[in-house]
Amino acid sequence: MARKEYAFYPGCSSQKGASASNYLSSVESMCKTLDIKMTEIPDWNCCGASVSYAEAGELPRHVMNARNFALAEQNLPGQDIVATCAACWLGARESKERLEHSNVLMADTQEALKEAGLNIKVIPEVRHMVEVLIEDLGYDELKKPVKKPLDGMKFAGYVGCQTNRPFGIHGESFENPMYLDKLVESVGAEPTQFDQKVTCCGGALAFSEPDKAQAQIKDIIEAAYDSGAEMLVTPCPLCQANTEVYQGQINKKYGTKFNMPVLYYSQLMTLAYGGSAKEAGLDGNVIRARKLEEFAAK
Amino acid sequence: MSDMNQQMTARYKNNFLKEIEEQAEMGDWVKMCMQCGVCSGSCPTNFHGGWDHPPQELFMMIRAGKRDEVLSSNSMWQCVSCYNCYVRCPRKVPITHVMHGLAEYAYRLGKAPKGQPTQHLSKTFWDNATKYGRVNEVKLTQSLYFKDGIGSGIKKALEMQSMALGLVKAKRLNPMEAVGGGHKCKDLKGIHAMLAKARELEAKRKGRQPA
Repeated sequence: MARKEYAFYPGCSSQKGASASNYLSSVESMCKTLDIKMTEIPDWNCCGASVSYAEAGELPRHVMNARNFALAEQNLPGQDIVATCAACWLGARESKERLEHSNVLMADTQEALKEAGLNIKVIPEVRHMVEVLIEDLGYDELKKPVKKPLDGMKFAGYVGCQTNRPFGIHGESFENPMYLDKLVESVGAEPTQFDQKVTCCGGALAFSEPDKAQAQIKDIIEAAYDSGAEMLVTPCPLCQANTEVYQGQINKKYGTKFNMPVLYYSQLMTLAYGGSAKEAGLDGNVIRARKLEEFAAK
Repeated sequence: MSDMNQQMTARYKNNFLKEIEEQAEMGDWVKMCMQCGVCSGSCPTNFHGGWDHPPQELFMMIRAGKRDEVLSSNSMWQCVSCYNCYVRCPRKVPITHVMHGLAEYAYRLGKAPKGQPTQHLSKTFWDNATKYGRVNEVKLTQSLYFKDGIGSGIKKALEMQSMALGLVKAKRLNPMEAVGGGHKCKDLKGIHAMLAKARELEAKRKGRQPA
């Protein structure tokens, strides 16, 4: 039996062939090393993300999350739900909070769930992968399996919004959370003094109003270079995609020469634990992290 | 005027604050605002052009009964859901959700600005996610590019081509999703019935005619 077991909620972006599929592969490798068993919630559905607010309304959004709660409770009793995506975590946690605070919403939710043959008894805890790492294992445990420290590599820890606000990681400040820097240190690398750590990447507006979002992304990448970082590292799939894939367009628009790889914390950990480039999902980075590819091959 | 707009105007007469408190998600927080403006100063989009009214101004306009100006404002649609305003508000007003709530209500009434891109994204995203229970990223991208017609869609797709190819090469965008592949939930029938029920119950609770 594994040291820890959780009901895994990967979310739409962390599926095979989706935009954060390399997040998924690196999380799988990382969890294997750490002896964490993640069992996918059977037939889980989309959380609705933040941007669906106008079309979805209130109850339909909570009901979508409630279906996942019911499926987790029924199939994986007693296990906390763990999300790797910031938006999934936020959406699910927010629904849990609202349903637990409103008898009316809860009663309506139960009635809607009945249509899918489901019901909720107790809503499981909803946690982010990072909380599992920090709270259930702790930095010391995360350091133990390090076989190849990422010595001398400099990372700007880009926390972004939704793993930081409104819930955040317990004990961290909203303005200057330190956990990502500590994770970078725990794999032997160096976190830089990065002043855009919690700046928004534009979120969903990268699709609907690309000029506005790209102006924000430009500030983030610029500050990462200014801090002396070679790469960005983030816990959020949308932060990752937004800061990585638009660098080319930003270069065209602003005359910059950005070419900075953007990694997930789980990729760094997999590499430090001796994993291969493939296990760390480095083949999924659009801006190739050459330095890490060479490191993995050593 | 839409039926729902007529219905609500008749019901609330000139009490717009009450209307927002009862109809917009988290609307009952509006009167907690003390006009300090920390929300505006914290918003990452406030330095871009295009804001009609910053949040604290919208809240005061609601109390002043400026129904048309508030509901047709483009301000709520600028929200990036970063939750900066939410965590910094000294009165703990959940501003992010109030903004979403105002936007949603304006949209239901048919008063929201027409052709607003984030409004279009919201609908496209939700329809996409609920059709198969999970987001189909390829179809989502396609419908976003082609919202203004074929010509503009092809132009946008071409502009985005190198980005899209990069993602395909990195196995993070699966072209097969465009032709019926892609991820789906098994119990689609259950999900669709559940959502229909949720919409019905929400309309009932808010005294709205079901859509």
